[in-house]
Amino acid sequence: MLIAVIVVPLFFATIVWLLPSHRMRSLMLPLGSGLQLILSILLICQPPIRNLAWIGLDDLARLVLLVTAVLFFACAVYGLDYLNLRVDRDNHIMVSCLLVFLSAMTLAVLSRHLGLLWVAVETTTIASAPLIYFNRNALSIEATWKYLLICSVGIALAMLGILFVGYASLSNGSEVSLQFDTLLAEAPHMAGPWLHAGFVFLLVGFGTKMGLAPLHTWKPDAYGEAPGLVGALLAGCLTSVAFLAILRGVQLMGAAGDLDMARHALLGMGLLSLTVAAIFVIRQTDIKRMLAFSSVEHMGILAIGVGIGGIATFGAMLHLINNALTKGSLFLAAGNIHRAHASKKMSGVHGAMARLPLSGGLFLAGFLAITGSPPFGPFLSEFTILRGVFAGEHYLIGALVLTLLATVFIGMGSTVLSVTQGKADPTLEDNGFRDRLLLVAPPLLLLLIVLMLGLYLPEPLSQLLRGAAALIEVQP
Amino acid sequence: MDHLSNFCLLAVVLINFYCLGSARLGACIQAVALQGALLALLPLTEHGLSGHTLFLALAALAMKGGFIPWMLFRAIREVRIKREVEPLIGYVPTLILGALTTVAAFIFADYLPLLPEHLGCLFIPVSLATLGTGFLLLITRRKAITQVLGYLMLENGIFIFGILLSEAMPLMVEAGVLLDLLVGVFVMGIVLNQINREFSSLNTERLSALRE
Repeated sequence: MLIAVIVVPLFFATIVWLLPSHRMRSLMLPLGSGLQLILSILLICQPPIRNLAWIGLDDLARLVLLVTAVLFFACAVYGLDYLNLRVDRDNHIMVSCLLVFLSAMTLAVLSRHLGLLWVAVETTTIASAPLIYFNRNALSIEATWKYLLICSVGIALAMLGILFVGYASLSNGSEVSLQFDTLLAEAPHMAGPWLHAGFVFLLVGFGTKMGLAPLHTWKPDAYGEAPGLVGALLAGCLTSVAFLAILRGVQLMGAAGDLDMARHALLGMGLLSLTVAAIFVIRQTDIKRMLAFSSVEHMGILAIGVGIGGIATFGAMLHLINNALTKGSLFLAAGNIHRAHASKKMSGVHGAMARLPLSGGLFLAGFLAITGSPPFGPFLSEFTILRGVFAGEHYLIGALVLTLLATVFIGMGSTVLSVTQGKADPTLEDNGFRDRLLLVAPPLLLLLIVLMLGLYLPEPLSQLLRGAAALIEVQP
Repeated sequence: MDHLSNFCLLAVVLINFYCLGSARLGACIQAVALQGALLALLPLTEHGLSGHTLFLALAALAMKGGFIPWMLFRAIREVRIKREVEPLIGYVPTLILGALTTVAAFIFADYLPLLPEHLGCLFIPVSLATLGTGFLLLITRRKAITQVLGYLMLENGIFIFGILLSEAMPLMVEAGVLLDLLVGVFVMGIVLNQINREFSSLNTERLSALRE
């Protein structure tokens, strides 16, 4: 079953190359990811199973697996209709790369071996590069090149970090293995300096992939030029997977008794991300780039949550779900708006709610959700993190975070309101694109889940979150 | 065997300098290929002959010394470029920077808390120096293809460090790492071609439409 959940999308990705018709190939997307979603849910609900040597499932993996599978399925349903709108573009590469991307992410989530984790994360980079280049124009090639080069170099540094961790356990004199459980068991006896250096490189490497400032430079370009569907997957799924990889490093540091050092590093990068996002989100005229900076902001919030620890870690786990699903919904809605107006700049989009009542409304509601307005889920999770900050008596950090959150709210608000409100500008060309069921239902559903999470947290989920937070909090 | 290892590692450092100072892309690709081939020898000289090391050596030789350079050569033939013109920083300054990086790597490695058996061995300083040179190439050159070479050199540096730990890396994972590198460079090659088609040039400074 553990293996099936990884192999199923790969299997569908190969089928794609055998199918003659465009529509049938698009159909493989929801089929493959739907089957993967069912398998994942079965796997998550199962009582703890015996881990294989290299892949296994702990609560952290369960959480990220759930988030990626749900969000990917929503995007796959959206993708079915989206690709059918664009029959002019060959979809062989798009569909198969999407499915390989899903498979690689699942492998990364389940891996219990740092080497395997690295291979899987690097595969996600390679599989997603062609997705960003879907529109085949000068801007998207530029974004793809930056993404590919910066992330590859970043991931290479993560490899160095993994090797450092290996060297740290080598100096213990025991048999070296990069198997994660073995490493956790050996962590207390590892050579400190090598482990610390290894963690820093892991943080820098996977932090590049996650988009923590100052390593976020590829993000606005890639998210801005990719189709909305790909933006949703990158901002929702991939960042969560990269965060999981960083958390593996945090777990190692925790097992070695150096949790505080890991926390300080995360806290610093988190605050920097939040600051950078708050600066660049103001006067941002491009809605997708604005969402990219919002993603940088939320990566910062996740890092701060884990950096503070205690109840804030629980908040960060909850925020991981909220951020992924809300960002997914926002990017899908932004994709619709982009399509209808043939523009994603403030100058070319006015009164989106008049032309696309549903997508425009979703975009506005998604904006309220992501900036932490009640009653949506992010409000609850950000509130929990802030509670942790103040409970830990970090008043200065708390005040700074609150100010920056307010700045982001105002900055995003002015762009979003100008785009959605008002009359549809008659001078703008109307290409006849209207809300369609399959292009609106997935983001709507995602936002409804986020709304539900804000009002009511189901007990099994809350248990899962506590379990995941406990894994990071372990002190020797 | 140690002599052979050290000889290879010194050759690797010389190739680093050659790449920093050379303007001809073809020669640079050949140099990086030679570097990859030399690295492929290291698992054998360091750990002796066994199934694992033999596989690693052959796979590294095929990928780093054969396949990847072949793809890069094809890429520059298709886009018809031969020289790196006007790097962001001139050749002499980059060479000096490269020399400083290498010296720093050797000094830094002396201060690292190494295991007794690794004290005074060349693996770690050369690994750091190659890493630094790769970064220098990435930062100072304008042509997209030289940036790929810089990335490859960075990977080579990490590979050298990895050899010290090759017992910790299962065969499957090593294969995965090399395969990822291969496919990564393959995709980069395709992107290079598209950049050339779109901008009729491989200068990355043309890639500057996206900014704040």
